[in-house]
Amino acid sequence: MDGVMVFKRWTLDGGLDLDGHKDLSRQRSIISATIPDELVYPLVFRSGEVARALVKTGDRVLKGQVIAESQGAQGTLLHAASSGYIQENELRTIAHPSGLKSLCLIIATDGLDEACSVAEPVHYSQLLPVEIRAKIHQSGIVGLGGAGFPTAVKLKPESSCEVDTLVINGAECEPYITCDDRLMQQYPEQILLGIQVLLRALTIKKCVIGIEEDMPEAIDSMQKEIDRQGIDYIQVNVVPALYPAGGERQLIFLLTGRETPSNGFPVDVGVICQNIGTVMAVYQSIFQGQALTERVVTLTGLGLKTPQNMWVRIGTPIKDLVRQCGGYNGSIERLIMGGLMMGFVLPDDSVGITKATNCILVATPREVAKTRDMEVLPCIRCGECATVCPVNLLPQQLYWYSQGGDHDKSQSFGLFDCIECGCCDVVCPSHIPLVQYFRASKSKAVLKRRDDETAGLAKQRFENQQLRKAQEKMEREQRIRLKKLALVKLKKESAGSAPNAADKS
Amino acid sequence: MFWVCLVFAFFGVILGYAAIRFKIEGDPLVAEIEAVLPQTQCGQCSFPGCKPYAEAIATGKADINQCPPGGEAGVKALADLLGLEVKPLDENFGVATEQKVAVIVETDCIGCTMCIQACPVDAILGAAKYMHTVIAFECTGCDLCVDPCPVDCIVMTPIGLSVSNWQWPEPVNNRH
Repeated sequence: MDGVMVFKRWTLDGGLDLDGHKDLSRQRSIISATIPDELVYPLVFRSGEVARALVKTGDRVLKGQVIAESQGAQGTLLHAASSGYIQENELRTIAHPSGLKSLCLIIATDGLDEACSVAEPVHYSQLLPVEIRAKIHQSGIVGLGGAGFPTAVKLKPESSCEVDTLVINGAECEPYITCDDRLMQQYPEQILLGIQVLLRALTIKKCVIGIEEDMPEAIDSMQKEIDRQGIDYIQVNVVPALYPAGGERQLIFLLTGRETPSNGFPVDVGVICQNIGTVMAVYQSIFQGQALTERVVTLTGLGLKTPQNMWVRIGTPIKDLVRQCGGYNGSIERLIMGGLMMGFVLPDDSVGITKATNCILVATPREVAKTRDMEVLPCIRCGECATVCPVNLLPQQLYWYSQGGDHDKSQSFGLFDCIECGCCDVVCPSHIPLVQYFRASKSKAVLKRRDDETAGLAKQRFENQQLRKAQEKMEREQRIRLKKLALVKLKKESAGSAPNAADKS
Repeated sequence: MFWVCLVFAFFGVILGYAAIRFKIEGDPLVAEIEAVLPQTQCGQCSFPGCKPYAEAIATGKADINQCPPGGEAGVKALADLLGLEVKPLDENFGVATEQKVAVIVETDCIGCTMCIQACPVDAILGAAKYMHTVIAFECTGCDLCVDPCPVDCIVMTPIGLSVSNWQWPEPVNNRH
């Protein structure tokens, strides 16, 4: 039995068996999208992190050139996805649930797709973990599953717990999305190499790939590749096709039985989790020297003529991709970025694809009928929401306090542990938009915390200034006193020597 | 009788020690009131800063509705804390406006340092005869630098809605 890992199959509390709709896009191989006329990059990364442009209007940039960076320990780089000229920064609608406009860096492409020269890649086995992390950082890789957390930071865990397992998230639990499924079917060799790079960066030798049971082709493809290469430290594990089995914490629990603590991270239970798309990006970075300028995006929904998966340059406006999918089909109800359950509605199709965009769902009225025009009735405390909650929260209690504005109380009921999966929304017989209440409550609490912090800072600075002023005043008085003393002394002396002075004159 | 006296003396010593050992510096009520105030340090309440205003409230010298930056929500928080009736903001001390930040029109700045001296939180950077600038993150939007500027080059700009301060809206069709 030595060297053979046995992962017990755990089950998830709660969760839902949702209609997958994955066949819309699953069967076609990934095609490459064409170069768009312009590439749009918001100068805010993730939630509110401001990026600094490193290029000026009129500059010519090459594919793979760094064009913007964000500062700090979790800073990342942004690379141009094609060659072209930098335009004037403009306010554009960005990929954010607010639908607000924000300052964007715009490249007018020249169609040449000229790339930066890349150094001859060194084989990963000759790289130290720190060098691998540096390369991953320089390639601008962030988690491609949706959260967009910098991968290099994630690979340098700062926790008292020693990391022993790498979990690869291939459980694409959201309905409609098939980009990771296609990647596993088409690039098993590359994914395995990417995993080996990550294992080397973490200096561990244990990896488990979690794939949902309704993705037989992907399971088959990965398993065959592992068997072909005879690798015994990477294992494919099938997880039930239950939404949200692909949530980071849920998947880790399903595969290892370890529960990530409420205020902690997966590293606190010795696990690092990476998404399939991220692993592919790591492969491209280490083996081909390519920065993260392209990713696979699922373009799907009954509102598209040809739903499919595409290799898309980051920054490509959605309308370009829609055109390449044969255009809109019939009446469109909503344009959703991300999945049906956890994604957000976009105000228009000019928004650029970001690193964290895994899916564009063009939904027809039929597909979103459930969430529309339903009369909201009072909560009858049936408890259905609590049965389906994968985090074992009590959504009815959270709702009670959130709608009453008692955000402290809802936090004591685990508001911030809510992963906003929407299971409670789906089962609620009163059609209460629960997650929307939780999101509103969360953002209120976050802003309140930030306001308190700035108020604390202002108070500190005010007190410091008062102290400084008092000290300056004291010093000034001291100086005056000393001067006066010196003057008196001088007068005395001059009085003593005055007769001599008078003689001289 | 002797024993009773001894017990009393014993407790007397304990209480006397505790009074010295666990003495609380300052009025704890002032700290609680101050925590509710927005720390703008703008002086609109007629006191030179949030702490003096908190002290004035604690001693009954000022009312709870004199802080425009705190707004109606601030008055309510103070009323809850002190067990008083909620009342509207006293307009003699100004009206609640949206949050602003001071911006120096840098081409017009003559480098006189007047605003630096006026800023209660040291959020303005610069030196004599050199251009000044506001550290936006540290500016409380108190307005105190606007009047001292001899060339009127400080503009109070509304912060406005952006991705970093946007909030998820509450559901609209709330019927309960």
